[in-house]
Amino acid sequence: MRRLLLLALALALPSAASAQPGLGVKAKTGQGLYAEHCLSCHGVDGSGVTSASHPRGVLDVRGLGPPLKDVGALAADFYLTTGYMPLEDPHEQPRHTKSPFDKREIAALVAYVASFGKGPPVPTPHPERGDVSVGLSLFTEHCAGCHQVVAEGGYVTNAVAPPLHEATPVQIAEAVRVGPYLMPRFEKSQISDAQLDSIIAYVQWAKHPDDRGGWSIGRIGPVPEGLVAWLIAAVALVGCCVVIGRRVRQ
Amino acid sequence: MGRALESAEESVVIRGLVRFLDERSGTAPFVKKALRYVFPDHWSFLLGEVALYTFVILVGTGIYLTFFFEPSTASTYYAGHYAPLRGHEMSVAYRSAVDLSFKVRAGLLMRQTHHWAADVFVASIVLHMLRVFFTGAFRKPRDLTYYLGLTMLVFALLEGYLGYSLVDDLLSGMGLAIGYSVLMSVPFVGANLALLVWGAPFPGKAEFWSRMYVAHVFLLPILIATLLALHLFLVAARHHTQFRESRRTTEKKVVGIPTFPGYAPRSLGLFFSVAAVLFLLGGLVQINPIWLWGPYHIAQGTNGAQPDWYLGWLIGALRLVPNLDVTIGDYTLVPNAFWGGALFPLLVFMLLYLVPWLDRRATGEYGFRNLLDRPRDAPWRTALGAALFAWVFVIFLAGASDRVFVSFGISYVAQLWIYRVLVFVLPLAALIVTRRFCLALQESERLGQIRKQAEAEARGELPQTEQL
Repeated sequence: MRRLLLLALALALPSAASAQPGLGVKAKTGQGLYAEHCLSCHGVDGSGVTSASHPRGVLDVRGLGPPLKDVGALAADFYLTTGYMPLEDPHEQPRHTKSPFDKREIAALVAYVASFGKGPPVPTPHPERGDVSVGLSLFTEHCAGCHQVVAEGGYVTNAVAPPLHEATPVQIAEAVRVGPYLMPRFEKSQISDAQLDSIIAYVQWAKHPDDRGGWSIGRIGPVPEGLVAWLIAAVALVGCCVVIGRRVRQ
Repeated sequence: MGRALESAEESVVIRGLVRFLDERSGTAPFVKKALRYVFPDHWSFLLGEVALYTFVILVGTGIYLTFFFEPSTASTYYAGHYAPLRGHEMSVAYRSAVDLSFKVRAGLLMRQTHHWAADVFVASIVLHMLRVFFTGAFRKPRDLTYYLGLTMLVFALLEGYLGYSLVDDLLSGMGLAIGYSVLMSVPFVGANLALLVWGAPFPGKAEFWSRMYVAHVFLLPILIATLLALHLFLVAARHHTQFRESRRTTEKKVVGIPTFPGYAPRSLGLFFSVAAVLFLLGGLVQINPIWLWGPYHIAQGTNGAQPDWYLGWLIGALRLVPNLDVTIGDYTLVPNAFWGGALFPLLVFMLLYLVPWLDRRATGEYGFRNLLDRPRDAPWRTALGAALFAWVFVIFLAGASDRVFVSFGISYVAQLWIYRVLVFVLPLAALIVTRRFCLALQESERLGQIRKQAEAEARGELPQTEQL
């Protein structure tokens, strides 16, 4: 019932809010999209839907969605380009998927969300200024505990730390500052922008690392190695035994 | 067979060689015996040989690695060509392992082949042991041989763990941290034991590295080689076992092919097959890319760190055991790591060591057993073995549950609970199903024989004795 009400509100909203001054053309397009896809959880003008009557969702946030007042273009761009949002079920961990919006629509939504308050803009990382070696150190220190040292992802309590194969430099820079889902947020005092460039340089490198030694079976160590040892080597050798040990009837 | 022996005696090369040796050592009778030693014929008898030849490859590649590996924890900085590590502080051990992979000619091939061989070594021992168990080959007079083999398995596990640990990459360090905690968890003596081995609280003194190194490249290989020699001596002294396949095969008489000219070429072929498989893997499939893991520094870690497969059952056990400590007041008598990391493997190996004794007690057979059972011939033994195997296997699978979660999205916690149930249910199911299956096989065989006889009688032929 409440959802329906919200939907009705959402449909009624564009005409009511279009009078809002100071919104550019882009943000106005975004406003329409917001009303259609985001408002039911994030509320009117990003005020959030956090009433206590709603079940606990992601990270024990009561209600459907957190307020977006000062999250800024940075967070909106991250959640939309990764396809984390819109999220079908607020109880689920958002996963990297293809966004239902095209580039123009995302830009419009980002502009609209940015208009809510004084959040940070979309960052411009410079991985080319970073150092892969420094990046490995920093990544091992801050990130590998969850994302695995070659960024192949892993299990953390009740969630996936996703592999970073598809993460773009901008998305990595955003994620570090946003701390989506269970990930901690890193302030500039913890990871400076220069350090971030090195981390991004390393993650970019880790997408196609030095694969000396042949077929790289996943780069996660012993589990796939054990599979190869049994399913290829042991099977081949048992096969050899069967062939060599075959009875020769005279 | 007679003709084969004649041709052996006619072989000029062999004759010359035997004479050469005999004139200088008087070993012709022994050589003659060895050449005439009879190998019974079944593919599964070759599994132990696969383990033997894998060990040979391990020793060979291992020797090559010792020429370049420096087992030192001294601190150094990497200044080689590999960009992501440049300028990193690391131990000399890790740097030499990276250099050995990147700079030494055939170094990476040897390192990878060595590691694959370690994985395959334990796999082939396990397969060999399964064959020995399910055919009852561990019975007197081969129980001693069985104990030696089992002890070699224990040493092989330890040897593999040390090899994994010596390199001092990120995974090594995490593996050692787990080993340290498990040793610490032994009630009463754990802390002292760990200090004794490590020399100081984790990560231990520099001496610990030389201890690991000496154990890995000298003590354990020598121990394994000695036990291996004894194992083979006992096999030859009491002869191979065999299946009852024809009327000629009896408890007293071995039927098979002699070493020369029949068996030796086959065995040589098997050696080449083992070498080919291991070197192909070493050259074509990446294993333990230590340069990707980076060096270990205390308190660092990576998600999804795993031991090599043959210790996966212990990681699985550590994960499955519920959060249970035994405490007296403030004193923790038995920390959680003890159950999965120490008690579980002790229990499994105790059961395995007890197998010959338990079998004697259960069957009341105290005599010599030179003929093998087919698994179906001993339904209870086969069923109990299947249950034990299923138990360890479920726990082994649980060790990979985090990777299953990441790859297939099956909830980790759900998996743990499924495994916690399966740990009890699957062994029981394996026991019942295997026993039924064995009995059904026996029954169908019996019916087949009756039908054959009846058909023969219907055709008016006399009931015939089986011809072979």
